[in-house]
Amino acid sequence: MATVTTPTPWFLRRPKAKKGIWSWVTTVDHKRIGILYGYTAFIFFILGGLEALLIRAQLATPEAQVVSADLYNQLFTTHGVTMIFLVVMPLGAAFFNYFIPLMIGARDVAFPRLNALSYWLFLFGGLFLYSSWLLGGAPDGGWFGYAPLTTGAEFLPGDHRLDFYALGIQILGVASIVASVNFIVTILNMRAPGMKLLKMPVFIWMSLVVNFLLLFAMPVIAVALFFMTFDRTFEALFFDPTGGGDPILWQHLFWLFGHPEVYILILPAMGIVSEILPTFSRKPLFGYSFVVFSGAAIGFMGWGVWAHHMFTVGLGPAANAAFAVSTMFIAVPTGVKIFNWMATMAGGSLQFKTPMLFAVGFIAMFIIGGLSGVTHSIVPHDAQQQDTYYIVAHFHYVLFGGAIIGLFGGLYYWFPKIYGRLMDERLGKIHFWMMLIGFNMTFGPFHILGLKGMPRRYYTYQAGLGWEMWNMLSTIGAFLIAASTLVFMHNWMKSKRKGEIAGPDPWDGRTLEWSIPSPPPEYNFAEIPTVTERDDFWHRKYKEDKKGRPVPVPTGGADAEDEQHAEVAHDEGHGIHMPSPSYYPLVAALGMPVMAYAVVLQSWTLGVIGGIIALAGFYGWVLEPATAEDH
Amino acid sequence: MNRLGIRAQTKVKYILRLVALGSALVLSACISEDAPMNYLYPEGPQAIQADRLWDVTFGIAAVVFFLVEGALIYILFKYREGKANAAPKQLHGHTKLELLWTAIPAVILTGIAFMTVPVIFEQAREPKGAVQIEVVGHQWWWEYKYDNGVVTANELHIPTGRPILLDLRSADVIHSFWIPKLAGKQDVVPGRINHLTISATEPGEYLGQCAEYCGLSHANMRAKAYAHDPADFDRWVQEQLAAAPADDASVAAGRDLFLTGTFAGGQQCVSCHTVKGTAAAGIIGPNLTHLASRDRFAGEMFELNDENLRRWLADPPARKPGSKMPDLNLTDQQINDLTAYLLSLE
Amino acid sequence: MHDAAITEAGAHPDDAHVTYTGLDNVKMAMWAFLGSECLFFGALISAHLLYRNRTGDGPTRHDVYDIPYTSVSSFVLLMSSLTMVLALAAIQRGDQRRLRIWLMATALLGASFIGGQFFEFTEFVHSGLTIQTSPFGSSFFVLTGFHGAHVTIGILMLLSMYTLSRLGKLPSTDASKVEMVGLYWHFVDIVWIVIFTVVYLFP
Repeated sequence: MATVTTPTPWFLRRPKAKKGIWSWVTTVDHKRIGILYGYTAFIFFILGGLEALLIRAQLATPEAQVVSADLYNQLFTTHGVTMIFLVVMPLGAAFFNYFIPLMIGARDVAFPRLNALSYWLFLFGGLFLYSSWLLGGAPDGGWFGYAPLTTGAEFLPGDHRLDFYALGIQILGVASIVASVNFIVTILNMRAPGMKLLKMPVFIWMSLVVNFLLLFAMPVIAVALFFMTFDRTFEALFFDPTGGGDPILWQHLFWLFGHPEVYILILPAMGIVSEILPTFSRKPLFGYSFVVFSGAAIGFMGWGVWAHHMFTVGLGPAANAAFAVSTMFIAVPTGVKIFNWMATMAGGSLQFKTPMLFAVGFIAMFIIGGLSGVTHSIVPHDAQQQDTYYIVAHFHYVLFGGAIIGLFGGLYYWFPKIYGRLMDERLGKIHFWMMLIGFNMTFGPFHILGLKGMPRRYYTYQAGLGWEMWNMLSTIGAFLIAASTLVFMHNWMKSKRKGEIAGPDPWDGRTLEWSIPSPPPEYNFAEIPTVTERDDFWHRKYKEDKKGRPVPVPTGGADAEDEQHAEVAHDEGHGIHMPSPSYYPLVAALGMPVMAYAVVLQSWTLGVIGGIIALAGFYGWVLEPATAEDH
Repeated sequence: MNRLGIRAQTKVKYILRLVALGSALVLSACISEDAPMNYLYPEGPQAIQADRLWDVTFGIAAVVFFLVEGALIYILFKYREGKANAAPKQLHGHTKLELLWTAIPAVILTGIAFMTVPVIFEQAREPKGAVQIEVVGHQWWWEYKYDNGVVTANELHIPTGRPILLDLRSADVIHSFWIPKLAGKQDVVPGRINHLTISATEPGEYLGQCAEYCGLSHANMRAKAYAHDPADFDRWVQEQLAAAPADDASVAAGRDLFLTGTFAGGQQCVSCHTVKGTAAAGIIGPNLTHLASRDRFAGEMFELNDENLRRWLADPPARKPGSKMPDLNLTDQQINDLTAYLLSLE
Repeated sequence: MHDAAITEAGAHPDDAHVTYTGLDNVKMAMWAFLGSECLFFGALISAHLLYRNRTGDGPTRHDVYDIPYTSVSSFVLLMSSLTMVLALAAIQRGDQRRLRIWLMATALLGASFIGGQFFEFTEFVHSGLTIQTSPFGSSFFVLTGFHGAHVTIGILMLLSMYTLSRLGKLPSTDASKVEMVGLYWHFVDIVWIVIFTVVYLFP
């Protein structure tokens, strides 16, 4: 775009920093953005975890006074919002960012600067939400924010707590939509030649489904949150029953987003597990197309089950019956996945490296969460379970036992690719067993507490209802989880510096990311690969004999050739044009939290400033030259 | 390799032990002694009907759990890495198997659906000959209004052997009315009237709680249902219908204070509370006409006695977070008088 | 974000021209984004349908709607789709002068629509319908307001294109940029057709 005749003004010149903080601030490299996503999400994981520990400390004994009712309500709300929007979703995005291009044989995502924009929006959204702790209290209406509790000023303490909720999630939603557009185009358009849809790795498939879910679910919550903001700030009547509004509309909109959201949280982990299991079983994924289609089926069916969060609302027996049946049947494609994973391992040669342990842990825990999920669908009994710890048990088995454990598996699996070193196996195993035991100790008792009638979102409870022992056990388990996380952090930091050198392919991997050096060069692939098989890299290394057993391809074959390429790339990689860094995603993103504070403070001036910052960001974005000048 | 085998073996034992522990936990939950909120020991017909669905579904889920987790552990043990299987057969799939494990869960779930759906419709049907009671959820207490004019709070009195149809309304935010031993919960939504049928076969006390997050003192919004023999129930109704005695000289000071006193911030007792037979006709707080006939107060938080009532009157928000009843800055004498009066309201 | 997406291809010269599906990256992204917008407006319109009769003590839609007036402004917006098509055709032919004429015409038609909407809102407020009057009022203003915001963003994009062309920075090889603005513009028009039919005309 830059023409030769007019020199580019200083503010449009593209930044050139290759090292140091500015190189990170201006980066558009999908791998660096992935790392930023990962670290930021992990910091929020620690914050959300500390909130959980305070909650558990308060509930360890009946009528405890560790925190006040008011603080407790803020804690459980931010714990939920944090873990969902600031931990599991961005951790998924971290994997999408880093590995989608590597696994589809691309040099970058389709829109590198949009990618940076979504990261900054995520960071600013998270900081905006957390700034509420310093500005009159954190949101205290539950992550589900049911109106009119959250829309009527008189029902909860604090003036702006729910504004932070509504606007913070709004910013995070924009980040998600931007990212989803980017990843959808990347997956569909940037695949290496020959990688047909049904030759894509399952992780890529699950990413595609997740990003379509994001694309269509986030606008629904955006509308709900706008309504909430209009109700709170401009006295609109969307959810105000005294003015004729219907609080149930909030619930429909929220869960119409909220249920696909559940699959947004779990499918990335399912994709990761579908990559780990074949690698450590030395056997291809069993029933590839069934795993793929069941994932897509879950994506579709996920839109037809939302009212199972609302069985006690009074929607009438016909609606309840319909949603009960749809809820039961979403278990079928989920079951298909579990059986295929087990069949992948059956007949294999199972290596219990740390990533494999986490993948197996995922399956074992997810089965429990899945089965308790089926017991929720029997509506008359769900009327007993609803809003008790039995539900809390269920979704922690799915979202912690499932999503978090699966994502940890992914971290162990791909750490050597990211840093070129192996993580410590011994510490990894200690982490796994501590976390698995701690997890079951924390959330297993929730089943029992729930069945014994302990309601959710209670800051305190009476003695004598049979809840004491289980609560104490759960609290001890929570601290065990926290300790296991410290082991993980220690392992991570230590292995990053001193871990054993991994080489490009430490696990004898199957997919394209293992065909390039670790850590990957900025341009990923010196030469864009041509794909002929599913698990293409494995097939370059192994042929099948007559009995279907893998036989290594003789040295000097594709494998060696590939390593050679890597060598070549090291020497003369600079012939490849990579997109230049840019300031403007950061500037454009900065506009949003400023506008959000404008709504909180009801300041038009600030709103205009925010709008100008955003516009300046976008115009700079459009007008800056494609590359740095000295090219 | 041998060492690896042993290691895997200990691992399997570990896993087995873990699974055994896990199932023991679940089992102990099922067989552990009853507790007031434990809905696996239902007592009302509605709750019993729901519990039957649970028994079957949980039974199926338990069998599936042991089969699938068992198979998983078997696979982990059997196919662990070893010399013999270093180069396993590259199996890509098996369509018949896929169809099988799609069909079997589908059939089981169809069975559960056929069992569940009729119960959903049956429980939604309005019962015949029901006692109708209006339940109003407030931040953070329950109000009950009977057809015959009785108005009370938190403690729901019902006759045994008859269905009770509750009309659920909310004065502010969404609550959820729940007496686990008698029936599943039903949300109480402002702007709507929801219905819930409960009934008790045996006289007794059944604990309940608000089950939808409703703000600061959500945890302090309890309820209790008292089921009486029909004759006892009628007696209770008669007692409640009576107006409060207005001529008890021993509590005159407290009565005057209650009816005419103005406290911090211009607050008066009568602007929020009703005592039938007097001028007090406020409708914001609980009806106190027969306060002393109740076992507990303030959303069932505290046992109703002299000491607790004094502590309450001294500073309600300190006793119950967010309480709409403010601290009235009462003097000790005023607290004495009011307590005496309130405890006379039998 | 829309204008942001448009120049992305320029920032990525290596891959922009060869894609796996053969579809242009930016065009695919725009379609995906518009898909997302469908759900956004779908939710807004559904909420309005739920609330259109909840007028409380305030005016009903029969009291406030002036169908002939709104028909005219709808027609204006519809015409702007035509001028948008002409603008695209112009840049594809390499006719910068006509490109600017039609871009400006489209922007002006859009601006007249916004002006009309502003006048309509003022009238409604005078007859007692505000965002605080009733759920009908809330959902009407929020729905049509968000549509108006979309049109406004479209006008900004059109004017940006116009300025680029004036500066000689919008060569025919960049016709796809005008095409993207056009896609967005047509989408916003279509949404209005739905709103006009469902919100205003539907009895």
